[in-house]
Amino acid sequence: MAITVSRPKLNWRERAYLPAILSGMAITIKHFRNMLFGRTKVTMQYPEEKWDNQMPEHYRGAPALVRDDTGRVRCVACQLCEFICPPRAIKIIPGEFAAGDRFAKVEKFPQEFDIDMIRCIYCGLCEEVCPEQAIYLRKDYAITGFTRADMVHNKEKLLEIGGVMHGVVLKWNEKK
Amino acid sequence: MSDQVSAPPQMVNVQINGVWHEFPKGTRVIEACEKAGSYVPRYCYHKKLSSPGNCRMCLIEMGLPKMGPDRKPELGPDGKPLINWMPRPQISCAQDVSEGMGVRTDSPLAVECRKGVMEFLLINHPLDCPICDQAGECRLQEFSVEYGSAESRFLENKVKKPKNIELGPRVTLDDERCILCSRCIRFCQEVAQDDVLGFVDRGSHSVLTAHPGKRLENNYSLNTVDICPVGALTSSDFRFQMRVWFLKETKSFCTSCATGCNTIIGTREDVIYRQTPRENDAVNSCWMCDYGRLNFGYLQSEKRLLQPEILSGDKLIPAEWSVAITHAAVQLKHFSGWEIAILASGRMTNEELWLTSQLAKTLGVESIDIVPRHGPADNILLSADRNPNTNGARLLGVTSQPGARLPEIVQGVASGRIKALVALGENPIEIGLTVAQITALPAFIAMNILANDSTPAATALLPSFGFAEKRGSMINGKGRLQRLNRAVRGPGQARDDWEILRDLIQACSGRNGIYSIEDVFRQMSESVPQFAGLSLSKIGDLGVQILENAGSPA
Repeated sequence: MAITVSRPKLNWRERAYLPAILSGMAITIKHFRNMLFGRTKVTMQYPEEKWDNQMPEHYRGAPALVRDDTGRVRCVACQLCEFICPPRAIKIIPGEFAAGDRFAKVEKFPQEFDIDMIRCIYCGLCEEVCPEQAIYLRKDYAITGFTRADMVHNKEKLLEIGGVMHGVVLKWNEKK
Repeated sequence: MSDQVSAPPQMVNVQINGVWHEFPKGTRVIEACEKAGSYVPRYCYHKKLSSPGNCRMCLIEMGLPKMGPDRKPELGPDGKPLINWMPRPQISCAQDVSEGMGVRTDSPLAVECRKGVMEFLLINHPLDCPICDQAGECRLQEFSVEYGSAESRFLENKVKKPKNIELGPRVTLDDERCILCSRCIRFCQEVAQDDVLGFVDRGSHSVLTAHPGKRLENNYSLNTVDICPVGALTSSDFRFQMRVWFLKETKSFCTSCATGCNTIIGTREDVIYRQTPRENDAVNSCWMCDYGRLNFGYLQSEKRLLQPEILSGDKLIPAEWSVAITHAAVQLKHFSGWEIAILASGRMTNEELWLTSQLAKTLGVESIDIVPRHGPADNILLSADRNPNTNGARLLGVTSQPGARLPEIVQGVASGRIKALVALGENPIEIGLTVAQITALPAFIAMNILANDSTPAATALLPSFGFAEKRGSMINGKGRLQRLNRAVRGPGQARDDWEILRDLIQACSGRNGIYSIEDVFRQMSESVPQFAGLSLSKIGDLGVQILENAGSPA
């Protein structure tokens, strides 16, 4: 169905065009003058200059896995992040702790945990859905690589970015 | 049972949430409520087992008709009896409906009582849903949403109980998660007829355990995992493999014996993770045996044939499908029907067996039979006939007495009369032929899923699909026509069996007008009266009885 768009009615001043051109020129000249006297803030010289120390607390950068104070990878491979992930960037292969392991009471851990950073959209749903406080969006934003494989963060890489998270609930310690 | 046959069941009037319904006498109140559209939560009650009434989750408000001084029910303005409501809630699972009964399933009293029951159940239940295999299909999780509280008022320590116990070779128990519903105990007593489970110790320390010196190792043990409303009993095979919400569920049936238990195949990204029974009262009730349930690993085996191959010189080389089919057809056409034998399989679908009989007709082959398979029957579900479709092979004329022609085929190969052998999903070594005899055959066309000792001797090797990779129908031991649905895609270059057979017939005799599996079924239903008026879609999820008094498996 065709839609007819009505054209605005222009008055004589607008039809002359010249006043609009002149007012635009006035703004340009204002900026030029400010530049000349060093009153305009110029572009940040990335990557020599960075704004890392000015990033807000809630900044959503690369997702990463964390360990807790006991040294355990907090993830228990419940795969809720894999389920919630809108671009399906996460792939987890669960494993079971051997009977004599220090963390055997937790029973389950991620054998493999891959996040495809080409797919990741930094939405933070994985952090939000995690029932174990195991995955956090860190402030790393410059994720680069030479190949597609480079851009897949495996468990080691994710733990390297994530580091240790202090002061989180240690609910599994209460278990037998 | 007998009075149901002789006379229609007596109906009683029951008021459920203010609406009057009619139910046959003997209906459980919990079932009546479900039929009336209000599902009552339950843990211990299972419709195929007895009702011990020990979980107390199915509490409802109940009343009986108010009796006047003349011992007749007093009627209200609408002509229906007035109801005397009982002051305390009743359990709906251990009570049958009666005339003039009133039920309120979601009254404030019933809901408040269920909340109380839920709170007690959750006192000692661990909060390990993130690692629990039941998460996603857990009744406790589901009813916690409706009747649970977000915060626990329980400040004391939870009771510690044994975890990760091997109850048997296939079942792992976590006693902390157990809510003591006793479904598994009753299943073992009443269905599996192997009374091994029980509760020991008292009060909060009560635990489920196997009888000392015994293990839960009967062939039906994994059904306890299905009926466990929480994650206490888990399948050792499926444990920690995949979260259930990822599984794509395909309705199918088990092809490990002639019973054909209805199943749901759980898959993700073309990998089968589990098989669970699907309710069909005409076949398997709610159960299936462990043997059949776990018999799917071979579809993901290393030995899967992935590439059609033809014999060139003295070794097999990979070939295109068209080349392999032409190669096989040329070999077959080289011999007369008298010199060819076809070894079909009772594991093939009706469609494939029909095409096999067409192929035999095209080539004029008389020596055709299936390989019978037998094992001990258990009088519960497992049949002595371990071929899922013996009845189909009989009906479609591939065999009259399974195995009767096999000695003739073995003899024919030994004497040199048979020069070409077509083995469809079977290994000729199993019928008594030797590798040397098969290697000496001028033509040995093998269509199979897995490699075996005879496959290196093939002159044309045609990789085909397994039961979860194809569509088709089979007739079980009791004459019920059931349908397989495709749950996963086949691996590598393997192809659907009916397509291979169709192409083989076409290469031998020209076009046959078959373009889809529906076409095969249509042709079959035109020639076989038992299939008249049916199609794959008309078979439905529960199957159709097409043979009356089907003979007991030979």
